[in-house]
Amino acid sequence: MQFDIDINNQIVTARKGETIKHVLDRIGIKVPTLCFMEGFSPTGSCRMCVVEVEGIAQLVPSCSYPVQEWMKVYTHSPRVIKARKTILELLLASHPNDCLYCDKNGQCELQYLAAELHVRERKYRVKSASVQIDKSCPGIERDPAKCILCGRCIRVCDDVIGVGAIDIIGRGSNSRIGTAFNKGLNVDTCVKCGQCIQVCPTGALTEKQSFEKVIEALNNKNCFPVIQFSPTLPASIAEAFNIKASKDILNILRTALKKTGFRQVFDTSMAADLTLMEEASGFIDRLNKHEPLPLFTSCCPSWVKFIENSKPEYLKNLSSIRSPQQIMGRLIKQYITSSAGQKPENVFVVSVMPCTAKKDEAVNDHINNSDTPFVDAVITTRELIQIFKLLGIDFSALEPEPKDPAFSTRSSAGKLFGVSGGHLEGLLRTIHFMMTGQEMDPLKINDLRGLKSRKEARVRIGKQILNVVAVSGLANVKTLLDEIETGGNDIHIVEVMACPFGCINGGGQQTGRDEKKLKTRMKAIYDVDEEEIIKVAHKNPIMTDLYEKFLAVPNSSRNKELLHISRIKGQVQ
Amino acid sequence: MDELVSRILSKYPPDKKEGLLPILQEIQAENGFLTEEILSGVSGHLNLPVNKIYGVAAFYNQFCFHPRGRYHFQLCHGTSCHLFGSSTLLGELEKHLKIKAGNVSRDGKFSLEVVACMGACSQAPVIRVNETWHTHITPEALCKIIRSFKDKKE
Repeated sequence: MQFDIDINNQIVTARKGETIKHVLDRIGIKVPTLCFMEGFSPTGSCRMCVVEVEGIAQLVPSCSYPVQEWMKVYTHSPRVIKARKTILELLLASHPNDCLYCDKNGQCELQYLAAELHVRERKYRVKSASVQIDKSCPGIERDPAKCILCGRCIRVCDDVIGVGAIDIIGRGSNSRIGTAFNKGLNVDTCVKCGQCIQVCPTGALTEKQSFEKVIEALNNKNCFPVIQFSPTLPASIAEAFNIKASKDILNILRTALKKTGFRQVFDTSMAADLTLMEEASGFIDRLNKHEPLPLFTSCCPSWVKFIENSKPEYLKNLSSIRSPQQIMGRLIKQYITSSAGQKPENVFVVSVMPCTAKKDEAVNDHINNSDTPFVDAVITTRELIQIFKLLGIDFSALEPEPKDPAFSTRSSAGKLFGVSGGHLEGLLRTIHFMMTGQEMDPLKINDLRGLKSRKEARVRIGKQILNVVAVSGLANVKTLLDEIETGGNDIHIVEVMACPFGCINGGGQQTGRDEKKLKTRMKAIYDVDEEEIIKVAHKNPIMTDLYEKFLAVPNSSRNKELLHISRIKGQVQ
Repeated sequence: MDELVSRILSKYPPDKKEGLLPILQEIQAENGFLTEEILSGVSGHLNLPVNKIYGVAAFYNQFCFHPRGRYHFQLCHGTSCHLFGSSTLLGELEKHLKIKAGNVSRDGKFSLEVVACMGACSQAPVIRVNETWHTHITPEALCKIIRSFKDKKE
């Protein structure tokens, strides 16, 4: 039902069931908010979006108040502006005064608002209790002093990731966000995905930085720093430095990384190709030996952590292959640089990932429990952007660098790992070839593309029909696991990425949710697949080389030792 | 898991989260406090993350996470009690019990807690020791009460 309401003395059409904020968004009136998130049910906890409605004594939160026919709304009346400013000043009363030293400086919603509402002095002062920064987790750091208790992180953790690792603890002025028994974020329920960082309006949640460690390695003369980057990086860099995400961006990025001081630059997509080869032959083996199906992919460390800690009964379904980052690290240390005459202990492998869980993964995955990690430092996309800025890399003046002769060829299948459904698409291409000896035609699987949280496809491979499902947003996996448990459907392969829509929206990407940016990042990856000549992992010439010189046949025991990992049940909490 | 906890849990259907508060209340009443192990047992029974349960339990004053003293003093600090001098009483309590609010004495005999309004404003100021209420308390009366507990043979 439609009716007219009066907003700032203007007649506007509204629909029954809409909130005031919906109508305001549609007609282009912006009200500030710190807790509202599109697609989530509103909580009205920050009170920044209050508006004045004639006939109602108090100001009402527009994000949660439904429109009614008789309404006369004022969004920016003096009373409203004064209230908003006071609310903000009260929030700022206990907020640290250290914007200049804050990681979120320049990207902080609280800071923007203080500027917008023209806050020019600290009006209220409270003694803030001394609180410790939580550094317990290898991927995520939390500074409770900067938290404004908006609850966005809790909602993302509950509704999108579905693990509920954090909650409001305590009551009233003592409430804070934390985990059970104040154990810090390094609890088993947390999958370290970093989605909470993505939505945090202030600097309370950030990645645990490896920035200094990388700079140190770059300046160390005895060190041979090399870098590997995730499939999503070129698009994110293009976005951050405002350059067109064209074909050249990859080569420009290589130049930038070389200028930064990295001696060799690797594309993790190459290791993703290797993952595909191993996983494809592992799957065929599983199918022939009638081992447990569906096969769960294992490229997302948050998903792996979730299975290990919360659903250990599915460990047998989880693919044993290590993630591309870890494989790339091992290849670099044990094969590539050693053939170039470098000692593995001097090689410093940095990996750039749109992910905070990868930091955790790199710390926890060691060779035979010795102290040499595969990957020495993991930095997020945000940290790399900081490094570029620190070292004054000017993207407008960079000439594209031709790729390193060795080990940078990758297929576009490996590149597809960056989006939900992409890993599966690449995997099916290789499975098809391994099972039938022929290429899949067409290579593109449209059902597995696009911004959807669950994508399903039926793929015919020879006489076999494979049912595959790609799920993104870890919370969505629960229904699927229930379906698998009740045995209602016959699924062969399940791909899960913990972050909604995959790594393009990872916890290490630039903060702030923006669907338009996601679409651009997604398109950039699909475009590479359109333009690339080598579209399947098994056609990557490096694979042949690797299998001949370093590895044995796919899925053999030598490869198992090098590339696979035995999954251990974690502590269930 | 503790026999006590499994006995209580068996009375409530699994996966039904509306059972959370009654379960916690029963365990609190029988065990005196909640532990990590207990919460993780409840978490498994109700299929709720342990952090969510902790969040609920930490909200209410009635739950605590460490053993209380044998004599648990609760001092009301609601508006009415405050106006009738509960702050002075708090000083007295801390002085005579030799513990700060929120703590337990070393011998485990006394514990002290300041709570929000207990709903007995007309009797202000009030304290509660275990299940017994003491109303219209003056500092002198308080001293007497404390002494009577100190003298109590156990």
